[in-house]
Amino acid sequence: MDNYILAIETSCDETAAAIIKNGTEIISNVVSSQIDSHKRFGGVVPEIASRHHVEQVTIVLEEALNQANMEPKDLTAVAVTEGPGLVGALLIGINAAKAFAFIHGLPLIGTHHIAGHIYANNLIQPMEFPLLALVVSGGHTELVLMREHGSFEVIGETRDDAAGEAYDKVARVLNMPYPGGPHIDRLAHEATEAVPFPRVWLEEGSYDFSFSGLKSAVINYKHNMDQRGEEIIPEKVAKGFQDSVVEVLTAKTLRAAREFHVKQVIAAGGVSANKGLRTALENAFKEEGIPFYVPPLKLCTDNAAMIGAAAYEMYQAGVRGNLAMNGRPGMELTSWK
Amino acid sequence: MIWLGIETANAPLSVAIVNENKVLAEVVQNIKLTHSVGAMPAIEEVIKKAGLLPADIEAIAVSEGPGSYTGVRIGVTLAKTFAWSLKKPLVGVSSLKVLAANASTSNYAICSLIDARRQNVYAAVYESGSLNTVIEDYHDHIDGLLQKLQQLNRPILFIGSDVEIYFEKIQHELGDLAIRAPYTMDLPRASELVALAQQMPLPAIGAVHEFVPQYRRIAEAEANWIKEQKKEQH
Ligand SMILES: [Zn+2]
Repeated sequence: MDNYILAIETSCDETAAAIIKNGTEIISNVVSSQIDSHKRFGGVVPEIASRHHVEQVTIVLEEALNQANMEPKDLTAVAVTEGPGLVGALLIGINAAKAFAFIHGLPLIGTHHIAGHIYANNLIQPMEFPLLALVVSGGHTELVLMREHGSFEVIGETRDDAAGEAYDKVARVLNMPYPGGPHIDRLAHEATEAVPFPRVWLEEGSYDFSFSGLKSAVINYKHNMDQRGEEIIPEKVAKGFQDSVVEVLTAKTLRAAREFHVKQVIAAGGVSANKGLRTALENAFKEEGIPFYVPPLKLCTDNAAMIGAAAYEMYQAGVRGNLAMNGRPGMELTSWK
Repeated sequence: MIWLGIETANAPLSVAIVNENKVLAEVVQNIKLTHSVGAMPAIEEVIKKAGLLPADIEAIAVSEGPGSYTGVRIGVTLAKTFAWSLKKPLVGVSSLKVLAANASTSNYAICSLIDARRQNVYAAVYESGSLNTVIEDYHDHIDGLLQKLQQLNRPILFIGSDVEIYFEKIQHELGDLAIRAPYTMDLPRASELVALAQQMPLPAIGAVHEFVPQYRRIAEAEANWIKEQKKEQH
C-alpha cells in the first residue's frame, strides 16, 4: 500500500506543509515565506516569525491537502520538524501536527530539520551509501556522514558562525539587504579581481569550520579603507569573501569524501543554492569521479517536502512521537537506526 | 452542542468538554509543565473521559489572550487546527474575561489581572453578574491602572494568580476598596470560557484561517523599528 505523509515545517521563517508519497514523490509542497516581513529588521525576528506561523499554519495545511486533492483519511502519518530551530516557531508546527494527528488518528513523527535538508535529495534521486552531506544554511555548516538510512555522523561542524550567517553579516557590511547570500553571490560573479582574505583551515585533519575570523577580516578591511578615505569595491570584497568560503568548504568536503570512500556527495540547506559554491563542488567531484547532487532551489531552502522525505524512512524504521512532543530548539542530529 | 474549551494563555492550563449546560470533563492545573507538553495530552484526556471521539466536537472556544505570547499561540494553534480539521466554528474569548467569570457571582466589580512584567499588567474590570465591561482591556504600567481604579471609587475584587505580585501596592492605593478573591478562584477554567463563548454569535466556519491571537502588544522589534523610523523623520 502506498504511504502518504503530511509534513509540516515551521522552524524558522517559512510556514510550510507538503504531502510526500513513499518518501520520494512530492504530491504537494506549499511554502508561505515571511522574508518580506523580516527584511526591514535585517534578519529573522523570532516573535514576528511565530506570529506569522500561527496566522498561516492552517492555510498551508489546507493548501497542501487541496493541491494533492487528498483528504486526511488518505494519509498514513503526520510529520513535523521537532528541532532545531526557533522554539516559538517550532511550537506552532508541532502543536498543529499533534492536534491534526490526534483528530485523524494518525501516527506522529518528529523530524530533525537537518535530516530533512539531507533527505531533500531523496526526492530527486535515490540516496546511496556511504553518503557525505555538506549542510550549509543560515543556521548550519556541517559535514554529515551517512552509512545507511537513518544513520548520521556529524564529522565536522562550524565552531562559530554558520556560513549563511557570515554571508548575511558581510552583506550588511556591503550595505546589501537581507537575506545577503544571493547578493554576495551575484556581486562575486561580477568581479574579476578579489580582495585576498584568509582561509581558515583549523588543525591538521579537522573537518570543522570557522567563519567568524573571515567575517572580521572583511569588517577590518572595510574599516581600514574607510580610515584611508578610500572607497571599497563591493564586487571585489564579495569575491574575496566568497572565494575563501567556497575554497574551504570544497576542500574539506573533498577530503572527507576520499577518506570515507563515499558513493555519493550531496549539498543541502539554503546556501547550497549559492552558484559559486555549487560550481566549485560540481567541478571538484566531477574530477574526482564521485556523483555529486544539489536539490533544486525550492528544496534547498526550508520546506516541508524534505521533512516528509526524512519522516518516511523514520516511519519505516518504526519511529513514533506522541502528544507530549515539545519543540527542541537545540536538537542534535542523532541516528534513528 | 458539544464544546471543547482551551485555555493556555498564561501559566495555568485548563481544557474542558461541555455539552450544552453540562460540564462533562475538565482539567485545571497550575504546575510547572509547558503547554506544548501538557495541553494536547490534557485535551485527549477530557475527550476520552467524556466518552467522546474528536469528531464529536461541534464547536471550539479558545482563550485568545492577552497573556504569554507563546502560551496564547499554543492554545490558538490547537484551537484553529481542531476547528479547521473538524470544520466547526471557533470562538475566541478574552483571557481576562475568562478569569473574571470565576467571580461572576461576587458583589463587587471584578478586576482580573495578569502580569506583563516590568511593572506592566494586562487588566480589565467587569460588573459582577453580567460581566459587562467597566474598564476595557488595559495594558500598561500598574500605576495607570490604579489611577483608573481609584476614579471608580467602589469596592473591587482582584482575581488571578498574578495579583499576589501587586496586591500590596493595590491596597496601598485603594485601601479597603481592594478585595482579594479567594485563591481558589485564581485559575482560569475552560468551562467558564465555553460558557462565555456560548453567549457569543458563532462565526462562520471559513473564518478560522483569519483567527489571530489578541496579543494587545506589538512585538518589541516592531516597536523599536517604529521608534527608529520616527527618529529618522525628525
Ligand atoms: Zn533549514
